[in-house]
Amino acid sequence: MSKRPSKHKHEVETTGHQWDGIEEYNNPLPKWWLWTFYACVIWGIGYSIAMPAWPIFKSGATPGIMHSSTRANVQADIDKFAAANKPIQEKLVSVDLDQISSDPELNNYTQNAGAAVFRTWCAQCHGAGAGGNSKLGYPNLLDSAWLWGGTMEDIHFTVTHGIRNETDPDGEARYSQMPAFGTDELLEPAQIDQVVQYVRKISGQDHDEAMATEGETVFMDNCSACHAEDGTGDQMQGAPNLTDAVWLYGGDVDTLTYTVTNARFGVMPNWNERLSEADIRAVAAYVHSLGGGQ
Amino acid sequence: MWDYIKLIALGLVAVLAAIAAGYARDLAYQVNAVEVMLAAAIAFIWVLRTMGSRQPVAQNEYFDGVVRAGVIATTFWGVVGFLVAVIIAFQLAYPALNFEWAQGYLNFGKLRPLHTSAVIFAFGGNALIASSFYVVQRTSAARLFGGNSLGWFVFWGYNLFIVLAATGYILGATQSKEYAEPEWYVDIWLTIVWVAYLLAFLGTIFKRKEPHIYVANWFYLSFIVTIAMLHIVNNLSIPVSFFGSKSVQVFSGVQDAMTQWWYGHNAVGFFLTAGFLGMMYYFVPKQAERPVYSYKLSIVHFWALIFLYIWAGPHHLHYTALPDWASTLGMTFSVILWMPSWGGMINGLMTLSGAWDKLRTDPIIRMMVVSVGFYGMSTFEGPMMSIKAVNSLSHYTDWTIGHVHSGALGWNGMITFGMLYFLVPRLWAREGLYSLKLVSWHFWLSTIGIVLYAASMWVAGIMQGLMWREVDSQGFLVNAFADTVAAMHPMFVVRGLGGVLYLTGGIIMAYNLWMTVARQPRVESRSVAAVPAE
Repeated sequence: MSKRPSKHKHEVETTGHQWDGIEEYNNPLPKWWLWTFYACVIWGIGYSIAMPAWPIFKSGATPGIMHSSTRANVQADIDKFAAANKPIQEKLVSVDLDQISSDPELNNYTQNAGAAVFRTWCAQCHGAGAGGNSKLGYPNLLDSAWLWGGTMEDIHFTVTHGIRNETDPDGEARYSQMPAFGTDELLEPAQIDQVVQYVRKISGQDHDEAMATEGETVFMDNCSACHAEDGTGDQMQGAPNLTDAVWLYGGDVDTLTYTVTNARFGVMPNWNERLSEADIRAVAAYVHSLGGGQ
Repeated sequence: MWDYIKLIALGLVAVLAAIAAGYARDLAYQVNAVEVMLAAAIAFIWVLRTMGSRQPVAQNEYFDGVVRAGVIATTFWGVVGFLVAVIIAFQLAYPALNFEWAQGYLNFGKLRPLHTSAVIFAFGGNALIASSFYVVQRTSAARLFGGNSLGWFVFWGYNLFIVLAATGYILGATQSKEYAEPEWYVDIWLTIVWVAYLLAFLGTIFKRKEPHIYVANWFYLSFIVTIAMLHIVNNLSIPVSFFGSKSVQVFSGVQDAMTQWWYGHNAVGFFLTAGFLGMMYYFVPKQAERPVYSYKLSIVHFWALIFLYIWAGPHHLHYTALPDWASTLGMTFSVILWMPSWGGMINGLMTLSGAWDKLRTDPIIRMMVVSVGFYGMSTFEGPMMSIKAVNSLSHYTDWTIGHVHSGALGWNGMITFGMLYFLVPRLWAREGLYSLKLVSWHFWLSTIGIVLYAASMWVAGIMQGLMWREVDSQGFLVNAFADTVAAMHPMFVVRGLGGVLYLTGGIIMAYNLWMTVARQPRVESRSVAAVPAE
């Protein structure tokens, strides 16, 4: 049949086959479809000449006339930023920690770099906004309550070596351990109830006055060595201040009873093996600037 | 004679499964062994009780019993799959729904493969097996090959595979390969069932009374053959113990990743595309009562599709350890695949030209049109996302999830619903469906559900991609990962609501089909006898 089938559908012939009542028209391939298909094939051939494409026995593949390489591209990107940031990073590691915030250039850099480090490595525990998590005992870094000190020096040391880990190559991770007064049977359950009421009292919360009075004796005998006689804690030992309204795990009766009974042992990794000194300084300066830095 | 062989074999399987359960090294394996033992014991009792009393197979009639069972299974697994989908969608939006008491069993990580397998393999697989058995008999004018036994073996064997896989996932048996999670012994069982399926299908084609093989059967056959090949190669592994579920993959590293996505992509290509095109090529012209638009187009797009699809897998691994040349290969073939994919859409839509008026009156045709429309849209979106520049934004984001679902909910779901609405009155010889109005409700609920799903995931995915790649002038990342999760929350809720609409539609369909069988008057004129068309 040399004549092109008429556009009128009723004049197109069927192939003559029939299956369970289904017939098939003998329509030609739609022109636009065919030409788009050809165009894609031609583009495909062109693209495979331009880009690495044809595998060659034992020697990789044709590099393509554009010599494109995704690995080289990403390396070039990384190198570009590394080169651009190199001078300021060198300056950052050479100055005293206290001078970082007073140098506008360094301050600006640490705000950006430190925030990026924080989002990548610290946000998992301390939260993207650094607000911590009181349910799981990750400290809030926005307030001015510090467990191990809030000066630039202190924060830098904590980030570098971490807390209560056994992985710091220098063996300088900050360390202290609260006794488990209940599980190790150092205190009677009644004494624990009393000391909890005393802690409620010194932190300015509702409490049972009679029990708290008893609890004061228990506190002085067992707790004051670390948390101090007035309960304000000791940053040298990471012993929290119990008189402020800031709680690492919670200040309600149940949580306090659990804490005194079982003790807590929060761990932070040492970052000296994963981050460069410049990154550690940047993130320390960033955390220091969040509101509570001393 | 055959019955005695069957009894011995089933008894042997039951005993061996009991022994395996006793020696089991892990819970998943033990539970699976008990399931196999129960299945073999039930089959044993059934064979024993019906011995001598079973009717001989009437060779001049089509074998529709297994298709009826397949239709019921498709509907059941569909609703189950959609339900798990809604649960995990809200688990993502509200993590508290990963309940503490259900940790290790019903948290997102366990339910996600349960959802994907339930909708792809249980819902889609039963739809494909049932419809292919119906179509191959009708278009070959021949009864299904292998008597009743082979057909029933395929149906029950396949559904046993689904139960084994699903309970395995919940109890922790997984190869950790997406869409190929079942462990080694479940894979071996599926291989046996699949060979039986191929035999039943090919046998029917061999004994056909029509001179030519209808196009739907080309697609079904390519689906069965290719899935067998993909399944075997991607599941090559060595069990750690004969009595344990754990196995070790034969391939490692980037070779393993490439094999997995060669499999994964062609599971989409041959299971969800070629197989369902087979469905489309029979049910669209039947429901429209129109000839297929172009025979020529069906040949060209069939061969182009199956030749090109198999190469496109590497686009799942752009910007990974995969060498650049393999990326180029995947991207090039994906883009060239665009038109061959669209050939099916053109043939589907143009078959309806001259019957467009039916869109107003026939909600089933409307479902099929929307299905083919979503097919066209997702087979354009796919090649576009395989382009490296687009992929660098879309990869790992929820855009991919949206893309998959516009294909799965729109194309696979809707064509399956159309197929079920077409088949139920015919298979049970009923006078039409119980309610066309409910079909209309199903249509609109599903369509709006898909739009909510796809649109929310486009927004979520593109936003996520842009937030991930955002760096400041000094090269530092601007957003924390948690920031992107928080930003996607509203879109996750909308996606969940889309899922609720889709699930509601599925339940309405199940009710409508049930009432069709239960309430509609019987008719005697439906064709059950095997006669060649001409």
